[in-house]
Amino acid sequence: MSEIRVLIVDDSSVMRKIVERALRQAGLEPLVVLEAGSGVEGLDALRAGSVQLILSDINMPSMDGLEFLRQLRAQNLADGVPVVMITTESSEEHVRQAIQAGAQGYIRKPFTAEQVKERVLPLLAA
Amino acid sequence: MAQSLRENLQTVADPMHLQSSVEEVFETMLGVRCEMVPCSGGASAETITSVVGFGGMLTGACVFRSDGGTALAIAERLTGMGFSELDDTVKDAIGEICNMLAGAWKGKVPDLSANCGLSIPAVITGRDYNIHVQAPEFRLHQCYRFDGSGFEVTIICDGLQ
Repeated sequence: MSEIRVLIVDDSSVMRKIVERALRQAGLEPLVVLEAGSGVEGLDALRAGSVQLILSDINMPSMDGLEFLRQLRAQNLADGVPVVMITTESSEEHVRQAIQAGAQGYIRKPFTAEQVKERVLPLLAA
Repeated sequence: MAQSLRENLQTVADPMHLQSSVEEVFETMLGVRCEMVPCSGGASAETITSVVGFGGMLTGACVFRSDGGTALAIAERLTGMGFSELDDTVKDAIGEICNMLAGAWKGKVPDLSANCGLSIPAVITGRDYNIHVQAPEFRLHQCYRFDGSGFEVTIICDGLQ
């Protein structure tokens, strides 16, 4: 089975580990996780290699998740790669902004591994 | 026409919103049920505090505070790793807990959710300190216990539109 490469962008290293654990619990194996602590680092990671899925926080220092999403779309760094926002910001306005910027999914913190599975697996199967 | 947050103060400052936020975050992310308990006097042992600021139609902060042992227990449950000191990962974990509490709390009121932003968490460690806000609009303060560990959560609102 070929590996699944995922980029997790979050300024919290703890949250990156929690998301990775949820992906493994969802059955995404063999999984290769690239980590980035900000949108800037996320763009650098995408310039260095391709991924099949991106999960990103919104509230981050130096470049937030929405700007990261706009930049990666504008720079064609991840064409066709689904992006799921994982964030504490849950208002309809934030969801609308994320979708408008090119996100395919939205997961609100706190989240369960089951919720990650429900949002992520259909995107990888598409 | 929608009411302003100030006109809706009873809903915004409803203590049940904070309680359900605490229960949601701890049950979902740590798999524990928290029991709300009466708050006792200030602790003299080393404590860890995380602060997430609110900006926009409501200004203020969500403050999470616990002793070191509780912080280690939370970090262990959150990450599945073991910790013996308040290192950067533990501080990161406590910052994330406070971030999720702040987000869950403001998400209880739609106008607040849409018109109030969150800051990046700040984490403070030390002994014998208090956080003072002059003349807050309102203040919610609740204390909890789980598995023999205790913590307190405070919402301080110093500005409301």
